[in-house]
Amino acid sequence: METYCDRCGKPSADGGHEACRRARALEPPRYCVRCARRMVVQVTPMGWTARCVEHGALTSA
Amino acid sequence: MTDILEVARRQVLEEGKGLTAEQAYECLTLPDERLEDLLALAHEVRMRWCGPEVEVEGIVSLKTGGCPEDCHFCSQSGRFESPVRSVWLNIPELVEAAKETAKTGATEFCIVAAVRGPDRRLMDQVREGIKAINEAVEINIACSLGMLTREQVDELVAMGVHRYNHNLETARSHFPNVVTTHTWEERWETCLMVKEAGMELCCGGIIGMGETVEQRAEFAGQLAELEPDEVPLNFLAPRPGTPFEHYGLVEGGEALKTIGAFRLALPRTILRYAGGRELTLGDLGTRSGMLGGINAIIVGNYLTTLGRPAEQDLQLLSELRMPIKALSKTL
Repeated sequence: METYCDRCGKPSADGGHEACRRARALEPPRYCVRCARRMVVQVTPMGWTARCVEHGALTSA
Repeated sequence: MTDILEVARRQVLEEGKGLTAEQAYECLTLPDERLEDLLALAHEVRMRWCGPEVEVEGIVSLKTGGCPEDCHFCSQSGRFESPVRSVWLNIPELVEAAKETAKTGATEFCIVAAVRGPDRRLMDQVREGIKAINEAVEINIACSLGMLTREQVDELVAMGVHRYNHNLETARSHFPNVVTTHTWEERWETCLMVKEAGMELCCGGIIGMGETVEQRAEFAGQLAELEPDEVPLNFLAPRPGTPFEHYGLVEGGEALKTIGAFRLALPRTILRYAGGRELTLGDLGTRSGMLGGINAIIVGNYLTTLGRPAEQDLQLLSELRMPIKALSKTL
């Protein structure tokens, strides 16, 4: 199954996501890794939640 | 020519009079080998006029994304192809965020919304949120809801909002390169109304948005003229999809010079580390800034990006023997 970069939403297989991986240390995910949809993300002081309309929610916990 | 740090020692440290924009420019253009001297003096000034205490704050986005303004640094503008989608925080989540913040020892919690200015729905949500937070946890509440009318200022005062954040963002001369949907003067106007109403004013900006060093000094001078109770200093973290996406990071030494110069221009102000410090300064630079004029921090995450773990900042404050305390206009 094709997967996607959770920072830029492009196919993981395309490569070149090193910068995305580094940036993700200080960013929540923005795209669903399964469908590349933009997720609804809420950042709170100590965590985050990211919800894909199709594939459900992820949390930082 | 007299050395600017000698001048600052007499004028700022001894007499408590902040540097002018021209003098701040001299600090910003000191050679790199004078950086340590600048930071040491800025630290002395902070200790003399503010004390060793540090104010710790948490912030949360009540309404994220979909903003009609075009602030070129912001991923929450609805005008750019940003990955940030619109979302509202509900009241239980807001209260939970305030409780999480208070658990760190923070004394300040700021509720932020990505809007031009608040509409009725947002004001009602803020009112309900503040009531619920006050029932659940003891913490000072600040707000950042964009440009206000005088009636809205009064309404926030009545809700018990003790401090209002509204950044000028950058020097007046550079502002049109950063925002085109409203003016610097409109922001200034809201800041004045906040002060007149007796709320504490939190007003700062972002360094690294293409401004010149002269404009950084100009900005310091304009903030000093406004006399805010708090100045949050952000360093640009370029966001995907924004017009500033491809801007570089501010170099660490330059960021530290900015901290030192702003402290010397604003000797009695709460000078807060805000967004971008993790990228621009890293752990070592963060420590240097705490010993170079900073006396307040945002802990934990920011509005759409993440910070370093709160424990790391609290550990640093403990090592530096800087106790956490609410600071205010009494400084």
